[in-house]
Amino acid sequence: MNVLVFADCQDGKILKSGIEAVSYASRVVEQFGGTLVTATYGTEDSSELEKLGEVGAETLFVSKTNQGTPWSLTEYLSALVRERNIELVVLSNDFTGKAILGLLGSKLDAGAVNNAVDFPKNENGFTVKSQMFSGKAFGEVRITSSIKIIALLPNAVGTVSNPKSLSIKYFEGDFNSRIKIVEEKKLETGGTVPLPEAELVVSGGRGLKGPENWGIVEDLASTLGATTACSRPVSDLDWRPHHEHVGQTGLAIRPNLYIAIGISGAIQHLAGVNGSKTIVVVNNDPEAPFFKAADYGVVADAFEFIPKFTEALKAHKANNA
Amino acid sequence: MKILVAISKVPDSTSKISFKDNNTQFDEAGIQFIVNPYDEWYALVRALELKENLGGAVTTITVGEANADPVIRKALAIGADDAVRIDAEPVDALFTANQIASFARDKGYDLIMFGKETINYNGSQVGAMAAGLLDLPYVSNASSLEVSGSSARLERDIQGGSQVIDVDLPAVISASKGMAEQRIPNMKGIMSARKKKLEVVAPIEAPRHTEVLSYSLPEAKSEVKLIDPDNPTELIELLHKEAKVI
Ligand SMILES: Cc1cc2nc3c(=O)[nH]c(=O)nc-3n(C[C@H](O)[C@H](O)[C@H](O)COP(=O)(O)OP(=O)(O)OC[C@H]3O[C@@H](n4cnc5c(N)ncnc54)[C@H](O)[C@@H]3O)c2cc1C
Repeated sequence: MNVLVFADCQDGKILKSGIEAVSYASRVVEQFGGTLVTATYGTEDSSELEKLGEVGAETLFVSKTNQGTPWSLTEYLSALVRERNIELVVLSNDFTGKAILGLLGSKLDAGAVNNAVDFPKNENGFTVKSQMFSGKAFGEVRITSSIKIIALLPNAVGTVSNPKSLSIKYFEGDFNSRIKIVEEKKLETGGTVPLPEAELVVSGGRGLKGPENWGIVEDLASTLGATTACSRPVSDLDWRPHHEHVGQTGLAIRPNLYIAIGISGAIQHLAGVNGSKTIVVVNNDPEAPFFKAADYGVVADAFEFIPKFTEALKAHKANNA
Repeated sequence: MKILVAISKVPDSTSKISFKDNNTQFDEAGIQFIVNPYDEWYALVRALELKENLGGAVTTITVGEANADPVIRKALAIGADDAVRIDAEPVDALFTANQIASFARDKGYDLIMFGKETINYNGSQVGAMAAGLLDLPYVSNASSLEVSGSSARLERDIQGGSQVIDVDLPAVISASKGMAEQRIPNMKGIMSARKKKLEVVAPIEAPRHTEVLSYSLPEAKSEVKLIDPDNPTELIELLHKEAKVI
């Protein structure tokens, strides 16, 4: 099965979710046979491109002029699919992947499965396990079209080292964006990993009473090197920016560690975070539903416990440095 | 402005999800259905605001069977002018997109709006596929939308930030949080919704490329380990040695 994988790039940096997608695709090729073609754009920096070689990319196409818009990427990838007789396209289910998945599906007349959480199987036709119902369930989905597309949920399978010698080919030709980018805005995340890719997340809820109290959340997050998140009412009340809102109507995330502070654990909140590998809940109400979904629980006033926890963590880090 | 808003029927967000027939079918027993929140709160409400400011009409379109009519009436109660239902089960994204594209083609819509994803299949595919089939510009995950003349300015979410975008109409848009505020239908809206036109259209032939063979639920968590709040070091040890996450 000839596989094309796309790794997104922003500000000249290959995204972590893109590296994971390449690692996934190279393992699919090991399992099913065939050749792997990797595509990216927006950087010629060999130290960035080498990151893809580390996880299994060999033939790497780089489009120099692509603007990275849904249509221009779709046409770039469609051209590679035709040129290289591709049967499976792998994307990351990140913002860019979500934007191009459907365009690509319609252009290639391909069945697409997004939110994939595992490697494809070939027992009952070609099937992939996909996260559905905002994290409340999974489905084993069969794709029957001759060209297939999988969008991999970030942090679902991780990355394994598989160094290969890269052969870089610059892709000539321009593709129409059909939209004009007027301005780009950066989120103020204080240099931390964006939420969908974060492995460590510290999240605050309405139990923190007001935006002025977020210092304890931020201190804990920066001590851990974690990204901050919040429950929906917190972003609705504008205590925190919208991009931090996790749950059924916000981002669905699956970090290695999710620390929930002053969050009750409503079903819509859990939907977006229950894929996390380890969940810690800090809540002063022992009956809070979140404890049922937690691995570790602390029944305590957050304002007392979190500063102590952060101090202890600093000591732990100093000892383990 | 002629605006088409795609509306889908999804289980209420408080629903406990379960399956039947050997885990091959979603169990609808006891489930309340609602308009997909992204379709309703953001796409539909913004479409209505544009109509209120610029004139025109807002039509909703749903691919679904007759059991979708109550959620379509809800969209009409919120203020859509009329509704179309393509009478087919929306089993596959490309199949569904083909139904919408085939209806919309040649009808002169300035905007075709979708929610950024549904809260059941979380597909985020149908809108983009409709854009692809109609060969129209596509703006994903837009958190704001302003129209002036024959073009629109939007802000779209991307990893780590956002982009301000200009696009010529007609265009296809997927709406995310921020584009508008939820509206609660009032009594007058609910009454008039009953009389608004809900046209039922037969589906076209279209390919189906995906099917769900079986469903499963996440593994149940084992019992929570409670930590003594006076001993934060215990939690750190557990996260370090047992969970191995820090
Ligand atoms: C259609 C729909 C979609 C939704 N989507 C989402 C979504 O995507 N994400 C989401 O989060 N919610 C969502 N919700 C809302 C959800 O139902 C809950 O209302 C919300 O998650 C509650 O947020 P919270 O836990 O921060 O606040 P609360 O429920 O008010 O909980 C606050 C918690 O803090 C605890 N607390 C109070 N003081 C302290 C203290 N000093 N120390 C420690 N703990 C303390 C309390 O015991 C309580 O458990 C949705 C709702 C609907 C209807």
